Amino acid sequence: MKLIVTENYSQASEWAAKYIRNRIIQFNPGPQKFFTLGLPTGSTPIDCYKKLIEYYNNGDLSFKFVKTFNMDEYVGIPRDHPQSYHSFMWNNFFKHIDIDPQNTHILDGNAADLQAECAAFEDKIKEAGGIELFLGGIGPDGHIAFNEPGSSLVSRTRVKTLAMDTILANARFFQGDLSKVPTMALTVGVGTVMDSREVMILITGAHKAFALYKAIEEGVNHMWTVSAFQQHPKVVFVCDEDATLELKVKTVKYFKGLMLVHSKLVDPLYSMKEEGRPSKKPYSD
Amino acid sequence: MPLVTLLPVYHLLLPSFTPRDLWLKDSAGRAGGAGRGRPSPTALSREDLWVREGRILDPEKLFFDERRLADERRDCGGCILAPGFIDVQINGGFGVDFSLATEDVGSGVAVVAQKILAHGVTSFCPTLVTSPPEVYHKVLPQIPVKKGGPHGAGVLGVHLEGPFISQQKRGAHPEAHLRSYETNAFQDVLATYGPLDSVRILTLAPELGRSQEVIRELTSRGICVSLGHSMANLQTAEDAVRSGASFITHLFNAMLPFHHRDPGIVGLLTSDRVPPDRPIFYGMIADGIHTNPAALRIAHSAHPRGMVLVTDAIPALGLGNGRHTLGQQVVEVDGLSAYVAGTSTLCGSIAPMDVCVRHFLQATGCSLEAALEAASLHPAQLLGLEQHKGTLDFGADADFVVLDDALHVQATYISGELVWQATMAGQ
Repeated sequence: MKLIVTENYSQASEWAAKYIRNRIIQFNPGPQKFFTLGLPTGSTPIDCYKKLIEYYNNGDLSFKFVKTFNMDEYVGIPRDHPQSYHSFMWNNFFKHIDIDPQNTHILDGNAADLQAECAAFEDKIKEAGGIELFLGGIGPDGHIAFNEPGSSLVSRTRVKTLAMDTILANARFFQGDLSKVPTMALTVGVGTVMDSREVMILITGAHKAFALYKAIEEGVNHMWTVSAFQQHPKVVFVCDEDATLELKVKTVKYFKGLMLVHSKLVDPLYSMKEEGRPSKKPYSD
Repeated sequence: MPLVTLLPVYHLLLPSFTPRDLWLKDSAGRAGGAGRGRPSPTALSREDLWVREGRILDPEKLFFDERRLADERRDCGGCILAPGFIDVQINGGFGVDFSLATEDVGSGVAVVAQKILAHGVTSFCPTLVTSPPEVYHKVLPQIPVKKGGPHGAGVLGVHLEGPFISQQKRGAHPEAHLRSYETNAFQDVLATYGPLDSVRILTLAPELGRSQEVIRELTSRGICVSLGHSMANLQTAEDAVRSGASFITHLFNAMLPFHHRDPGIVGLLTSDRVPPDRPIFYGMIADGIHTNPAALRIAHSAHPRGMVLVTDAIPALGLGNGRHTLGQQVVEVDGLSAYVAGTSTLCGSIAPMDVCVRHFLQATGCSLEAALEAASLHPAQLLGLEQHKGTLDFGADADFVVLDDALHVQATYISGELVWQATMAGQ
């Protein structure tokens, strides 16, 4: 496991974006060889998406040969509802880049047969050759996707009933009307994410410090589903200073000491443009 | 936001398929207009505009339902995309006078329709001033409603200004041809004009006897009734609005001046005795000559949502400086002013629509969005066309204008088709 400690949210987002950029470029994707990327929604990844869009706009990165799989989607709200994860992905990422819509995959929360939809999603991941890199965020209770506390750590893509806490927290997105808040969602399982060849988890903010502590310093526990990745062969946690508040000083110092090594993952930063030509504008840090 | 004075760079990304999807790439730019569920007045936002089969497309639906990309992408270089301008009062231009009963009014309308593309106008209402009945019978059938395209701006229908107007406020309209409908009301209207199929707006003076029944009859036929060239007091004007009138022809001009005990037609802007669900619109010649900027600001502050910019242009529009013979009149054009030759008498407006939009923006200090909507959304609402025109909402007609930051027209599109471009005109 790697733990990348950055100064703040924006640096954590940029580090993650640079990492994704380098991984895609080094993979050298092409018409016969797509890079498969797992993607989250929510407030945490927004700046990371913005950076990726910036790389695309500057010609450093293309998503032409990238396939994406999203983690989850609500059940029973229209696809074009502003809170649907389809709308989120469209507005925050897809409409800004050159990805082929055929290569994006989001679970259909309005499918007639939800279980069949989930099984088909797992099949599509298999057909695509598995997921190369799964980007995720976590909730303050340590959930990954909609795998809330108590979810099986070997779960697959399935229908989940949302916890009352989640429904209450979501009410603000639905005019405070509890009856409008979806009570079910489709989500990839912890096992689905575990099968990816690499997992990157973004964790920022003091309110997630306890979850980060549970994720990496305590044992594997289904009450903190993100802790399952302790058993993943290739996982990187990208956090900011605030998120380290509950960690041991020793843990933080150890990983900060490794930053010299880890920073080589994003430096040099590769570009899809011809060698030697500088990018249009320097990236802000 | 990079300031781009260059023309949009168009490039073809993929071979075309049918149906064609056109993606106007505006990554560094903004698309304006009422839209996307936002309340009006809207704000410019950075969006790409997608077009298919002449209409504005919801790209999210295309992405998730059809899983397709655009066939063609055009880079608008950070320009502003706004709904095409709509001119509901234009008497002619480029030497053409719509009210002249020639054998070939149609080709005159076509000339103007084509020339005003350069000014961002994508549809208009050719306007006929007071004329004898023979002229109406001859001219009206020659100006049918017509879709716009590369040949020119669309004709939404004719605007008839007179002859049922006030003798005292007739302005430049010939006194001999003024009429009333006191005897047979609507039958007199029909007798004067002939069939009203292609008529969209009718300007009348509501103080004429039996006006209320004429207004009711006209509005029931979907014709917009406008009040103008009138001595009406506020009460008469309010009665007319309750009967269905919804527009005021060139506010302040050819009507009683504002008086605090009887504000006249101008008082409609703030009247509380008209149906609140039916907004009043008012035409405004914002050429900097026909309306003092202070009056422009008064009207706009009192009733911003009703402001409809009109050119009220005369045949001298677009002819350039110098002397021109128009009909029986010799006109001398100097910049944006047109005088009866040898005198200092103004003889009509010659400012094109884009000039009016820029002047309105500068004179009132309103937002860019408000200025653009006064020339697009508001006239569309006036004519009940706001589902299709005057907006860049999904599903609306892809009639739009590409503008630089100073609102100079760079290109004009009708139904998604490029119909005018600054380079094409060699500017």
